Amino acid sequence: MFPFSFEWIWDAGHLVFHGGLWYALTVLGLGMTYCIIKAVLDAGKGKGDHHH
Amino acid sequence: MKNGNFKKFGMVIDLDKCTGCGACMVACYAENNIPFREDDTDKMLSVSWMHVYRLNNGKPFPDYEECFLPRPCQHCEGHHGHSPCVSVCPATATDYNMATGIVSQIYPRCFGCRYCMGACPYHVRQFNWWDPIWPDGMEKMLNPNVSVRMRGVVEKCSFCVQRYQLAMDQAYMEGRQEIEEDDYQTACTETCPAGAITFGDLNNPEHAVHQLAQPDPAHEGRPKNPKAFRLLERLGTNPKIYYLSRREWVRRAGDNYLKGEFQNKAHS
Amino acid sequence: MDTALIPKGVKRCPIWQFALWISANGAVLAWGVFAMLLVYIKGLNQTNMNNAYGFALWIWADLAVIALGGGAFFTGFLRYLVGKEELKYIINYAVLIGFICYSSALMILGFDIGQPLRGWFIFWHANVHSMLTEVAFCLTCYFGVLTIEYIPMVLENRKLDKVPFFHNLGHNMHEIMAVFAATGAFLSFFHQGSLGGVPGVMFGRPFGFREGVLIWPWTFFLFTWSAAAFGPCFTIFITKITETLTRKKLVKDNVIDLLAKISGWMIFFYIIAKIIDTIYWATVTAPSKGFTFLEFYTNNPGSAYGLWILIAEIGVCGVLPALILITPKLRRIQGFLWLAVFLGVIGVCLNRWVMVLQVLAVPVLTFEDWFTYLPSWQEVATTLLPVAYGVIMISVSYRYLPIFPQERELNPIDEPAAAAREVIPEPSAAGPEPELSPAES
Ligand code: SF4
Ligand code: SF4
Repeated sequence: MFPFSFEWIWDAGHLVFHGGLWYALTVLGLGMTYCIIKAVLDAGKGKGDHHH
Repeated sequence: MKNGNFKKFGMVIDLDKCTGCGACMVACYAENNIPFREDDTDKMLSVSWMHVYRLNNGKPFPDYEECFLPRPCQHCEGHHGHSPCVSVCPATATDYNMATGIVSQIYPRCFGCRYCMGACPYHVRQFNWWDPIWPDGMEKMLNPNVSVRMRGVVEKCSFCVQRYQLAMDQAYMEGRQEIEEDDYQTACTETCPAGAITFGDLNNPEHAVHQLAQPDPAHEGRPKNPKAFRLLERLGTNPKIYYLSRREWVRRAGDNYLKGEFQNKAHS
Repeated sequence: MDTALIPKGVKRCPIWQFALWISANGAVLAWGVFAMLLVYIKGLNQTNMNNAYGFALWIWADLAVIALGGGAFFTGFLRYLVGKEELKYIINYAVLIGFICYSSALMILGFDIGQPLRGWFIFWHANVHSMLTEVAFCLTCYFGVLTIEYIPMVLENRKLDKVPFFHNLGHNMHEIMAVFAATGAFLSFFHQGSLGGVPGVMFGRPFGFREGVLIWPWTFFLFTWSAAAFGPCFTIFITKITETLTRKKLVKDNVIDLLAKISGWMIFFYIIAKIIDTIYWATVTAPSKGFTFLEFYTNNPGSAYGLWILIAEIGVCGVLPALILITPKLRRIQGFLWLAVFLGVIGVCLNRWVMVLQVLAVPVLTFEDWFTYLPSWQEVATTLLPVAYGVIMISVSYRYLPIFPQERELNPIDEPAAAAREVIPEPSAAGPEPELSPAES
């Protein structure tokens, strides 16, 4: 999973596979971080207090 | 290893010599600390690295004939080390060693998904459904060079790889670069009273296995000896166990053929 | 008692009925958990698997729920990436069903391995050439996506929504849902395919083995495709069951109709590809290994692998539902719609069964025979466990979350006072146990 585990080889297979994996994880991670930070900021601004 | 001197350990089993006595199986149990249960009658649940099959020609008496077929791990090379089982293991817990041709099994790393068992067409890979329990006192008799396996992992014949390591150590201590044919022999080979099993380096023209099987490097080791065959050769597993028999029906039983195919092959 | 949690403007059954329903399912759940603990503590000797059947009921269940859960990614793909707006009225439910399916799959995988404590080796020591590695990674990541998609639904609960942070979080997640859905579709494409790759790459097993392109056997594409095709059938099927049990219309016909149509065409093209694949395999691939097609099927007593299984999978549960679903007249008749989605669900489950168990049952060595297997009660109980868990998840989610955006419009409550009184409907004929139906509502 990481370049420091001993079966890791820098070959096309590992690059494509882990490239795809880390890409997906990054998108998900950044997406969630954005949502959470923005939610905190929005809540600070008083959004969502009296809706409906 | 140097100068591309790769070894390819393999076996030739003469089925016309095998009497089905099962000594190879017993030797294997003892050498490799293979666990067994008090009631080990259900062979689908038991572990046996070496298994002796009983075949017959399907004909009624007096044409009835039998043949015993010992089946260790075939140490398949596939195409370029792409063995059926090695390629599928998700945790890299089994490996094809390019220097020896041995398919290893790393017990502490196997997590028991059993994908390799499905991938092996020879039913060589077996699962430890239970933790091993040795009869009282027997644990003192275990081979110290072979680790015992825990429940939940897959195991299989290793060509007694511990003996290879010992032989290499010995050679090193004696200042030799190479091991001799006799330095490394598997337990089953040494035990077989009929002398049906021969073991050695298939790449080495001086070794008996090479002379008996006459592997053809142009065709992924297919035997040139017309009496020799490999199990399920047509699947592309490229095994390193060669079987010998003068009997045609035995050779035919080694693989699947469509109608007429085997005869055509024999004549070509 | 829990009225404060129930979405505004909808009717739910009284709490005692709900509790009864949950306990009934809870009993099944408890039985499954008991069996699961047995397996964890005593090991896989609790199953009837053996050295020939290393994969059995569990792996089938895994593959089946993942295929059925494919409705989530495909509906998400259609809604967010293709822009089929109507599907927003069913996407919530598709996501919930997917979430249940995938969490079940992960749970099953957890006890299916011989050394559960080493489960993380599949990630840590990943062999990138193994199909199972890809399955494990994409499955886990995609489960993360489904969780992300499910969270906003939970946050819409009346009470939670009052908390400003939760309200904003749900809102923000909705806003960038397309990004998550796209990632989910990407991940799904690969793990659905890799599950097909599992038998497809086993070149020692002529029944499963297929040629393909590059590293992907044809089964890779067939599995992805069939999950996308049949997954929506399952979404519709479960929606229909929910509507029956609650005796309410929850999703408008045009939404179901659209999804059914797309599903139908997907199945139609899938089944053509599957037929071509089967013919090629039977006439070229298998004979090249010395097998005739008929050697893969047996009618021996006690073995469930006769030719009927192929006819059922491709004909009855493939071609037939495809034809019903692509014909507007037929799919608009409720009975036919029910039949088609039901057959579709059976069909994809049969396909997964064959590709897991029959692969192992067929003798490959000439001197071996067909292998047989019957699951142990522990295997059955642990396989029913996800079903009970799913029912409970759906019941709880339905009761407390606005899963069906059209429910209020389709089931107007005349006066709030009346609603409280007439909640106990008479038993319906839909389920075997009479208390099943009202409790769902
Ligand atoms: S015989 Fe089976 S276990 Fe041995 S190398 Fe071949 S596929 Fe692997
Ligand atoms: S059972 Fe063990 S050796 Fe076999 S594929 Fe799984 S992890 Fe690898």
